[in-house]
Amino acid sequence: MSRRSAVGPDLQPTLDELSVPGRSSFKVPHAPAGALDGVPAEHLRVRPAALPEVDEPSVVYHFVRLSHLNYSVDSGFYPLGSCTMKYNPKVNEWAARLAGFAELHPLAPDALAQGTLELMWRLQQQLAEIGGFPAVALQPAAGAHGELTGILVIRAWHTSRGDAARDEVIVPDSSHGTNPATASMAGYRTVTVASRPDGSVDLDALRAALGPRTAAVMLTNPSTLGLFERHVVELLEAVHAAGALAYMDGANMNAVLGHFRPGAAGFDVMHFNLHKTFSTPHGGGGPGAGPIAVAEHLVPFLPGPLVVAEPDGSYRLERPAERPASIGRVRAYQGSTGILVRAFAYILAHGGPGLRQVSDDAVLAANYLRQRVGQAYGLPFEGPCKHEFVATAQALKAETGVRTLDIAKRLIDYGYHPPTIYFPLIVEECMLIEPTETESIETLDAFADALIAVAEEARHDPDLLRGAPHDAPVRRLDEATAARQPDLRWQPMSGEQRPCPQ
Amino acid sequence: MVYGPHTPADRERMLAALGIDAVERLFDDIPAAVRAPGLHMPGPRSELEVSRELAALAARNRVDLVSFLGAGVYRHHIPATVDTIISRGEFATAYTPYQPEISQGTLQAIYEFQSLLAELMGLPVVSASHYDGASATAEAALMALRATGRDRVLISRAVHRHAVETARTYFAPGSRELEELPSAADGTTDLAALEAALADAARPVAGVILGQPNAFGLLEPMARAADLAHAAGALFIAVVEPVSLAVLAPPGEYGADIAVGEGQPLGIAPQYGGPYLGLLAASQALLRQVPGRLVGRTTDLEGRRAFVMTLRAREQDIRRDKAASNICTNQALCALAATTYLATLGPHGLGDVAAGGAAAAHRLELALAAIGIERLHTAPYLNEFAVRVPGATGVHARLLERGILAGLPLQRWYPDDADLADALLLCATELTSDEDIERLVEAMGEVLA
Repeated sequence: MSRRSAVGPDLQPTLDELSVPGRSSFKVPHAPAGALDGVPAEHLRVRPAALPEVDEPSVVYHFVRLSHLNYSVDSGFYPLGSCTMKYNPKVNEWAARLAGFAELHPLAPDALAQGTLELMWRLQQQLAEIGGFPAVALQPAAGAHGELTGILVIRAWHTSRGDAARDEVIVPDSSHGTNPATASMAGYRTVTVASRPDGSVDLDALRAALGPRTAAVMLTNPSTLGLFERHVVELLEAVHAAGALAYMDGANMNAVLGHFRPGAAGFDVMHFNLHKTFSTPHGGGGPGAGPIAVAEHLVPFLPGPLVVAEPDGSYRLERPAERPASIGRVRAYQGSTGILVRAFAYILAHGGPGLRQVSDDAVLAANYLRQRVGQAYGLPFEGPCKHEFVATAQALKAETGVRTLDIAKRLIDYGYHPPTIYFPLIVEECMLIEPTETESIETLDAFADALIAVAEEARHDPDLLRGAPHDAPVRRLDEATAARQPDLRWQPMSGEQRPCPQ
Repeated sequence: MVYGPHTPADRERMLAALGIDAVERLFDDIPAAVRAPGLHMPGPRSELEVSRELAALAARNRVDLVSFLGAGVYRHHIPATVDTIISRGEFATAYTPYQPEISQGTLQAIYEFQSLLAELMGLPVVSASHYDGASATAEAALMALRATGRDRVLISRAVHRHAVETARTYFAPGSRELEELPSAADGTTDLAALEAALADAARPVAGVILGQPNAFGLLEPMARAADLAHAAGALFIAVVEPVSLAVLAPPGEYGADIAVGEGQPLGIAPQYGGPYLGLLAASQALLRQVPGRLVGRTTDLEGRRAFVMTLRAREQDIRRDKAASNICTNQALCALAATTYLATLGPHGLGDVAAGGAAAAHRLELALAAIGIERLHTAPYLNEFAVRVPGATGVHARLLERGILAGLPLQRWYPDDADLADALLLCATELTSDEDIERLVEAMGEVLA
């Protein structure tokens, strides 16, 4: 892979550097003279905003050239653990852009929104079936937003029972960083429990940490180590015996669709990451969607409005105060509906059998790749893994001095996006590798071959790895200066300062 | 397999390599008591069947009405460049740019987004995005608590209802207090009430939040409100609409410490609620309190300019329970839409959008006044205003039957406010034509006759 040759040796100028006074494209009619006569001068801008002036062809060149500097699922293998970078079906993009969905105003009366409302209601039912819960709220905008919503629901439940003494949330030391950050945002103190050497939650440590101050335990299952919690039944019993509720971080649902339903198993709340399990594109960091599902006793506290089916076959949004115990809304309007359309289309295409096949293939691919990667790297935990696995370069580092970071950067030269590195925090020099179900056996083999070859390179030419990547649009970056002297925006230039545009 | 590549032969090869006879063996670690037998949902379905069903659902929505509905989400002409760029798989299917060497496209686009919004907002620090305007407002309120060490935030009741309600949800835990400020007779925030609330020395205020324009479309005395907030040691937070900033004073100039807003008008379709774009900008002094990602400019080993996520010690994956927020996934592709929108329109095009909407709104006001329908408030507005119509909710429903979406009956948001019982909130944008206005006026005349 030679990305540099595709884009030339120079990176792209900024829009501000491309700006030439007077350049523009004609998109909307000019406003009539005096359009702002009704607005008192005290409210108006004194100095026009110094936005770049760029013609349309140059705008398109600019962003297309920028796009060439990106690695993406559409261009190659992206085994980024905990992120489920599977293929994003194109028909879902088409569906979300249908005018009937895209142009609908969020405050349109229910009578105008029957198509989207039906879709949302059916998605609520689908996710309820997948999670094994009676009810789903689609409003949260992302996984972490779902976590916050779920923990606020748990808080409201405790409060409704007059139980105000619970001020702690327990998380395992392998948890996503969002879990403790969510607990803090919801006003709780985080208590961390250590994992056992085999990667599972230490049941004894958990029992010791549980008590009358515990509001909730947040678990990821399968865990961030790619392992199913074998003692999940005992874990849930212990949590409930202490009067606490069990929250499941659903980031890893891609491993267990149709195999494990968290609600049926006894979890009280979970969130889904539609941008992971149900294949809505990640967009360079978002948008996603993070619906939550809850057990019966928590339904009154869900955020609103939910979508309700009427006996006459129509659908509507809940009215204000229809569920007086609701925690309220966690964002404007009903949800990131454009994302919900994509996830609905994905679930519709698969149905129950197809979703189970997704998990079967994701887990099979991960175990196959794990075995191959184990030829050159450490595997700190016993298999089988679920949809992802942890490998470690600890021994290789001891032998060669090469770090996991160097291995990751060298993989870029081989044409791959690196796996997640240095997470989970509890394994030294780790890589978290998630192949997903949409990569062919040839790709899995080629990636394993590359990882094995890089390990060999580490022994013979460690500097090759330390200097990697060599064949990316840029080399390693000076992140220290970026943080020490933050430059977070361009300073608009006057005409004579501008470099000649390309 | 619906989208994956695996054939039965591929699976056999992988199973053989693992020395097992069936994929079920890989799930034997799930205890029998909680092992599910599958899911009760029909499928799989072909792309043909899926696309037919989705098209049928989309067709059941009605998007053909003449619309005067805004109330926080505004219809605008979206240049074709926007969808062309955000549809590119290189942008749409990339993850968060944790590996900057192969993510310069996303990173530079975010830096450009931050720069464009900093210019519009008149504030130097712009986060890479939040979920939407309402959640950004709630995050700004929490920021004020952290920055001042105080517990109490004042928010005008004339801030978008959903932002107030979202902030209220975020404020449920602990000792956080959110207090609503009443409106004055002209529809703007009651500054005397603000002054009185700030004067309570026993309950010092962390932040004061006003909308510009406010939820009734009115222009608030922002500079005076900011002065009052600052005199009491509180931060001033403006909730703004970004297109309006082409013509209205930027928040940084009237003293806002933080500005937030809904970025949807910048090239993002209404989509019945999202995904949208939460905007959050702040002063340099608040840099380390800013929640969410920031992208900064730096150089690579060879001295070439490049961009990277920076000041990461504020974020959840580094700081865990001490992070400024739990936000991880944000709205990067929506920020790219906004960046492309602003680049395509340029300063003059954006000014035409803002001023064109104001001109259409003014024509609407005059046309309604000609049939005796008057504005509810006296304060100035930009492109949205409330009118008094007897039996507003019923009139709204009858206009709907005539193919007209006559804005928002404000009773829906303020059920207990008698002054707003007969109010319709109407908006105009550059899409509002003279024919649209004529149809509304004619239909309104018939319905009220």
